[in-house]
Amino acid sequence: MTKLKKLTQKQLFLPLFSMVLVMLINIVYDVAHGNPFYNFFTVSINSQGILYGRLIDILNRGSEAAILAIGMTLVVSASAGTDISVGSVMSLAGGVCCVLLAGFGNVNVNSYAVPLWVGVLAGILVAGLCGAFNGMLVAFLKIQPMVATLILFSAGRAIGLLLCNSAIVYVNVESFKMFGGYTWIFPTPMLITACCVLVTALVLKYTAMGTYVQAVGINKDAARISGYKSAAIIFLCYVVCGLFAGIAGIVATSRIYSADTNNIGLNLEMDAILAVALGGNSLGGGKFRLSGSIIGAYTIQAITTTLYALGVSSAQAPVFKAIIVIAIVTIQSPVVKAYMKKRGAAKQLESGKEVHAS
Amino acid sequence: MTKKKMNSNSILLMLTIGLFVVMYASGCIAYADKGFTKLQVFLDILKNNAGLICVVCGMTAVMITGGIDISVGALIAMECMFMAVGVEKWGLPALVLLPLMLLIGLVFGMVQGYFIGYLEIQPFIVTMAGMFFARGMTAVISTQQVSVTKSALMTKLSTMKFNMPFQIGAYLNKKGKLMVPNVSIYVIIAIVVLIATFLILRYTRFRRSLYAVGGNQQSAALMGLDVKKTRFKAHVMCSLLTSIGAICYVLNTMCGTTRQALGLEMDAISSAVIGGTLLTGGVGNVIGSFFGVLINGTISSLVKTNGKLSSAWPNVVTAILLCFFIVLQAIFARFRKKD
Repeated sequence: MTKLKKLTQKQLFLPLFSMVLVMLINIVYDVAHGNPFYNFFTVSINSQGILYGRLIDILNRGSEAAILAIGMTLVVSASAGTDISVGSVMSLAGGVCCVLLAGFGNVNVNSYAVPLWVGVLAGILVAGLCGAFNGMLVAFLKIQPMVATLILFSAGRAIGLLLCNSAIVYVNVESFKMFGGYTWIFPTPMLITACCVLVTALVLKYTAMGTYVQAVGINKDAARISGYKSAAIIFLCYVVCGLFAGIAGIVATSRIYSADTNNIGLNLEMDAILAVALGGNSLGGGKFRLSGSIIGAYTIQAITTTLYALGVSSAQAPVFKAIIVIAIVTIQSPVVKAYMKKRGAAKQLESGKEVHAS
Repeated sequence: MTKKKMNSNSILLMLTIGLFVVMYASGCIAYADKGFTKLQVFLDILKNNAGLICVVCGMTAVMITGGIDISVGALIAMECMFMAVGVEKWGLPALVLLPLMLLIGLVFGMVQGYFIGYLEIQPFIVTMAGMFFARGMTAVISTQQVSVTKSALMTKLSTMKFNMPFQIGAYLNKKGKLMVPNVSIYVIIAIVVLIATFLILRYTRFRRSLYAVGGNQQSAALMGLDVKKTRFKAHVMCSLLTSIGAICYVLNTMCGTTRQALGLEMDAISSAVIGGTLLTGGVGNVIGSFFGVLINGTISSLVKTNGKLSSAWPNVVTAILLCFFIVLQAIFARFRKKD
């Protein structure tokens, strides 16, 4: 009993548990359809020489959400609020990148107007600037994160549309398709995500940044009095979140080698926030676990892929997502937690009495 | 101190109204030849935003308690689809469906309110789940675009026009026929909702607990107010008003699609913020939010009248205004703290 309790109280229990649950559903589904139970986990190399399998598909498709979840985790932890502009910023970064590469005003090109790295860097930098704008409003003007990011939520996508002249800009060059395509046998988005996670994890582990962010998130004023520059740390978190949104935007754009400003990153901010919550991180700020958010992001993708496999249409899938969100937040609710604790204490008291009686 | 607080808020409200007047006047001057000066243009802004006006009333109430509701757009889509499919496929009379729409909104609001008020889960997360649920349910009901054609009552309500009394703003058109500006029934519904909400948020006991809870939850609880119940009620009110908004919406568009009212929640929130409602709670009124909607409507109307500008411009201009008002609010808040 106590061991089980300890296990359930671990922060990573929730994301891992839901991940295992999704896998079990997949296994049951496979067996019911007469496939071997390991069907879900099989990874093979197909005729084009690339890795192939449902697991790889989930890792590939979940890349954008996972990249966004890194930045979102920092923002949630430091400022106790969410950055709802990331999806819009993704779209803007993709738009800037494509417009630069294609040359302003062109809609379909087969060669670059500027070198590839200039376009990609410009896209990511613009996203970083967006992050800095959000960060400035939140950290220095002390505006609620949701309201502050609401500005870019509505403006980001619109500016992208204006840049592209309300058209879809195609960049039909092989080297641009690389970011959303394949490197050797691996899908490139997977590798990019791995790099992003690795860099962030190393920075958090080998510098004091992780502690700073958590300290600011737990109590901003106390952190300031203890000598941390609270505002600067929050600002930095938003910039990082913006940069990651830019990277995710480039990946999403490269997948379809065009700047479809209306659809890139649509509702992805919700997925990123959900990933953070699913990862067992409190949306009220403070302590965080990066690994939880990453597993959360892939779990969401696994759920989506599973639902599609079960024959649920993409428009209907949100119903299940909603049920999952409600289940998660109900478990995390302070009232329910207090109730469970009370019940647990009452039980312990009872068993204690019995011991005395005997 | 309290007098000062009142002042800065009323300055913001005056600024919003002033901005609307300036914007509309400049539109009248710039596009006088395209008929922007006619009263009908203004009435059309009301007509196109009738649903949004209802929604923003509820949103303001929720925001005063320090909460937020991002499920409103999806709720409208779900109810419109329910209405359309109910009339077309299930063959139910509109008189049964309209109260059912309100009932759906009531239940939806009660569930959300329970999670937010009594289980103390963040409003943003709960209503995000509500948004997912409602959008998904819309697709479960039907994934096609369903037009309302079979109900005579709905068609009659939708096309019903009320002319302005005493022929205010009437003019002769090119053929020499007298054109009297008119409004549809849903504009009247929206105005009634607006006035009712204004009165509720001004003269009832509910109003006082609403503002007290938004101002400071702990002191409200210490004063003996039922914080949980107040937040619950605010969310029920929001969903109910959204349902009325959905009726206005379905009367205006006469169809249900999965993409209906996409992003309406952000329009409602930005209108309320432009109108001087603070997301931190405790400050705000419906009149300001109403002018926020009018400003948003005027921007889109101006872009439409121009005809050459990209459809992305209203979003950009709204975002700039939003930025301006948010920064202004922050500066006012800082001054207030210094006093």
